[in-house]
Amino acid sequence: MTIAREEVAAPIQVGVAPRILERLGTLPLHVGIIVLTVAWIVPTVGLLVSSFRPLSAFSTSGWWTALSPPFAFTLDNYQHILATSNLSRSFFNSFMISIPATVIPTTIAAFAAYAFSWMRFWGRDWIFLALVGLLAVPLQVTFIPVLSLFIKLGVSATFLAVWLAHTGYGLPFAIYLLANFFRALPADLFESAEIDGAGTLTVFFRIILPLSVPALASLVIFQFLWVWNDLLVALVYLGGTPEVAPLTVTLANLVGSLGQGLQFLTAAAFISMIVPLIVFFSLQRYFVRGILAGSVKG
Amino acid sequence: MDVGTLLTVQLPTLLVVIIGVPAVLAGYIVLGEFLVRRLPDEARPRVRPWLWVGPALAFVGLFLVYPAVGTIIRSLYDKGGGTFVGLRNYASVLSLSDFPSSSSVWIAIRDNAYWLVFYTILALLFGLLLAVLSDRVPYETPVKSLIFMPMAISFTALAVIWRFMFSYQPPGAPQTGTLNAIVTGLFHAQPITWVQDERVNNFALIAAAVWGITGFVMVILSASLKGIPAELLEAARVDGAGEITIFRRVILPLLMPTITVVGTTLVIFALKAFDIVYVMTAGNYHTDVLANAMYKTLYLAQNFANSSAIAVILLIAVIPVLIFNLRQFRAVEARR
Repeated sequence: MTIAREEVAAPIQVGVAPRILERLGTLPLHVGIIVLTVAWIVPTVGLLVSSFRPLSAFSTSGWWTALSPPFAFTLDNYQHILATSNLSRSFFNSFMISIPATVIPTTIAAFAAYAFSWMRFWGRDWIFLALVGLLAVPLQVTFIPVLSLFIKLGVSATFLAVWLAHTGYGLPFAIYLLANFFRALPADLFESAEIDGAGTLTVFFRIILPLSVPALASLVIFQFLWVWNDLLVALVYLGGTPEVAPLTVTLANLVGSLGQGLQFLTAAAFISMIVPLIVFFSLQRYFVRGILAGSVKG
Repeated sequence: MDVGTLLTVQLPTLLVVIIGVPAVLAGYIVLGEFLVRRLPDEARPRVRPWLWVGPALAFVGLFLVYPAVGTIIRSLYDKGGGTFVGLRNYASVLSLSDFPSSSSVWIAIRDNAYWLVFYTILALLFGLLLAVLSDRVPYETPVKSLIFMPMAISFTALAVIWRFMFSYQPPGAPQTGTLNAIVTGLFHAQPITWVQDERVNNFALIAAAVWGITGFVMVILSASLKGIPAELLEAARVDGAGEITIFRRVILPLLMPTITVVGTTLVIFALKAFDIVYVMTAGNYHTDVLANAMYKTLYLAQNFANSSAIAVILLIAVIPVLIFNLRQFRAVEARR
């Protein structure tokens, strides 16, 4: 009996002990990664909680005290900041800037990427190399001449100015990303289409674009978030004009001007983050793919 | 904003733009192709590519190449733009007369150097750590999502988030900022003025920026990590290599090319740092960086000549990275 029991018990012990050891061995791993993740989300969570706290609590205690009873949350900060600042107008302006500043460069880049990947012309490879070089050029070098040009043309402080500027600035990356994708498409596809008598336009609109939806989606999301989140280009070409200021500019101005009403800034910051967060969490896959495809955008 | 103008003026404008802009662009290419087809057979292949790359080259030329050259030229002329002054703007920008003060460009250069070193290294370290660790847990996807999230928001919002993290109350008063609550509560030390104290403020700003970019580094390294064949790691394990040895001898060397590419991107980001500094300190308390110094000279001092000179200094700083990128690109092309 005893021998038999030992025989039965032994294999179980052999099976369980290493598993427990394994669990214990990975415990530091789990603790480490959970600590890091929590540390990473604390700043955002802190801001989110703060934005729902009443004025009286804000300056006397930390946001974490709001997580234990008695709970006192309010929408006052959001109501106040939307009523007293230029934020709702800026929300619209951000769309007004970001949508065309995404559509124009994406389309123009698709045209150019098609030529770079499937047409032969003088200087093609050198021009492409120059575009890669331009990816690293700081935009600061371009501000003064472009600004003078905009002033001369009478378009400074208009949406048109930022659309055009963002198109120019976004193109090197956009062409780089799309050309790499277009080039990887199988050549037989084009040859058989040409034999069938399809023109350049048909090949582009009927074959290339439908096959490139994943790359185009990445680029659109990337460029949209880039423009939506941009502060510098908007500051330089729109000046401080409130009628055309996007969310980033208005938010940056609030940081300087609110003074005593700092708690309203929490709500303002969240309003500016809503659209990027929705885009990010719903289309994360494409966003990540865009980043992986060409990680030299600046 | 009142609802009336929103419905009657602004939304229609937005709609016209959303429909009109693509229509114009499609019209351009269709009309262009129509015209190219009228050309004699032998001219067509020579003209057609320029129809397709033309708009892109025009934009890049007008908004990047022409102004970059213009800025370089402008930096060699006086404030009014009429007289050639050689390198005098550079001398005035780089003069040591106001050196220890916050407005000196040398402070901006020093701080950019801090950014270059600490931002790049810390972002790579945290990104690598998170990529390697998250690869080993079953809840990898949500962890990566949360770490990556700051990439989606603007630097302006990021700066606001960290302003509250860094907020300071005098000793004795309840600390409402997370970091000072930890410093006083956990370590029983005096609260720190993170943004003003010149011993820590540059590193505080860099830490905020690292928080924002780590997700980017992690995602790229993680994708590269998944490309390492499992058999390779298994073979190393069978040979009795410990996890740390495997990381040092197998994983790290295989990740090196990706780390280099990400590193150069981070260097460019570090050199161009602007938004966080602009929003959090406006370059005061000795936290200025070149991009912000250039902006201040342009808008506050209205000195186009000196501002151009600072922009060119920034360009010169980027050139080694630019050359490195081109080399990488050609090496990759050669392997195609």
